[in-house]
Amino acid sequence: MARIIVVTSGKGGVGKTTTSAAIAMGLAKRGHKTAVIDFDVGLRNLDLIMGCERRVVYDFVNVINGEANLNQALIRDKNCNQLYILPASQTRDKDALNLEGVGRVLEELSRDFKYIVCDSPAGIEKGANLAMYYADDAFVVTNPEVSSVRDSDRMLGILASKSRRAELNMEPIKEYLLLTRYDPDRVESGEMLSLDDVQEILSLHLLGVIPESKAVLNASNSGIPVILDEKSDAGQAYADVVARYLGEKRPLRFIDSKKGFLRKLFGGK
Amino acid sequence: MSLLDYFRSSKSKTATVAKERLQILVAHERYYRDKPSYLPQLQEELMQVIRKYVQVDQDAISVKFEQDESQETLELNIVLPDSQAARSSQQDTVRAL
Repeated sequence: MARIIVVTSGKGGVGKTTTSAAIAMGLAKRGHKTAVIDFDVGLRNLDLIMGCERRVVYDFVNVINGEANLNQALIRDKNCNQLYILPASQTRDKDALNLEGVGRVLEELSRDFKYIVCDSPAGIEKGANLAMYYADDAFVVTNPEVSSVRDSDRMLGILASKSRRAELNMEPIKEYLLLTRYDPDRVESGEMLSLDDVQEILSLHLLGVIPESKAVLNASNSGIPVILDEKSDAGQAYADVVARYLGEKRPLRFIDSKKGFLRKLFGGK
Repeated sequence: MSLLDYFRSSKSKTATVAKERLQILVAHERYYRDKPSYLPQLQEELMQVIRKYVQVDQDAISVKFEQDESQETLELNIVLPDSQAARSSQQDTVRAL
């Protein structure tokens, strides 16, 4: 049986797709057969971030409607043969996805894959609800910023009440925090919520902190998940996230300010 | 304390403001999250019924919803005006759901 992970946030632009691409690649690189699904019907972008946009023939909606089978729609990643991408459809039909169809596809994938990563659209509408409905684990992607923290909290309420696990009275979805776009310098100067501030409000199991990094835009420019940029801070931070998720102990990195010398000279911490 | 600290502390840190605002907001939103959506309307209609018989203020009626593993309790508390009853408060607990 596969483990189903939803990458969610409520708010848009916080790094859900970047995270989905990175952790799916990270899990696959570790030898686990992984599928990553784009649930953002109408606004598909995971294919671009994964660099397979020109290889999309069939999509998630085609599979649900029986117009293609799963093997036809799944795109094998060019960097890792353990990783497959199921792209979203570009249809504007909001009802293209349905609970039963999504369940069927996930069940079929579960027979063959170890991990299924569901990249949720922003918002709390149908697409987002479907992305999280069947999940076993939720990666709540949050920026250290008021609206993102609030939306994450809202999402936690939905995860706890509107998922399959909640409806069947099963063990609840395991919720993890992934704090992204973190700028230790701004945290130190009191301009940005710190990890502790965010945890005081959300108190989730922390999977990792991803620093604000130029590597993320460079990675999306090239269509290569940032985790493959092993020299970059964000790439390493995502590798730590995957390792922690798989049960390894890794100390937190990239959470301390680099502005050492001048600040010390003038009495900063 | 350095010279820089002096200038820095003259402004309140925006992150602290953010955290305080969030704590209040999130606590408020969590309070209403798990409650049935009909609660405000129920409160409103109960008010109308009660006011047919007893003249009470809006804030004399409180509806409290509590939930534990085995049951959900809806507690309706009405404070009656002094002249209407010897006792100043009469409590009525309705078990619902």
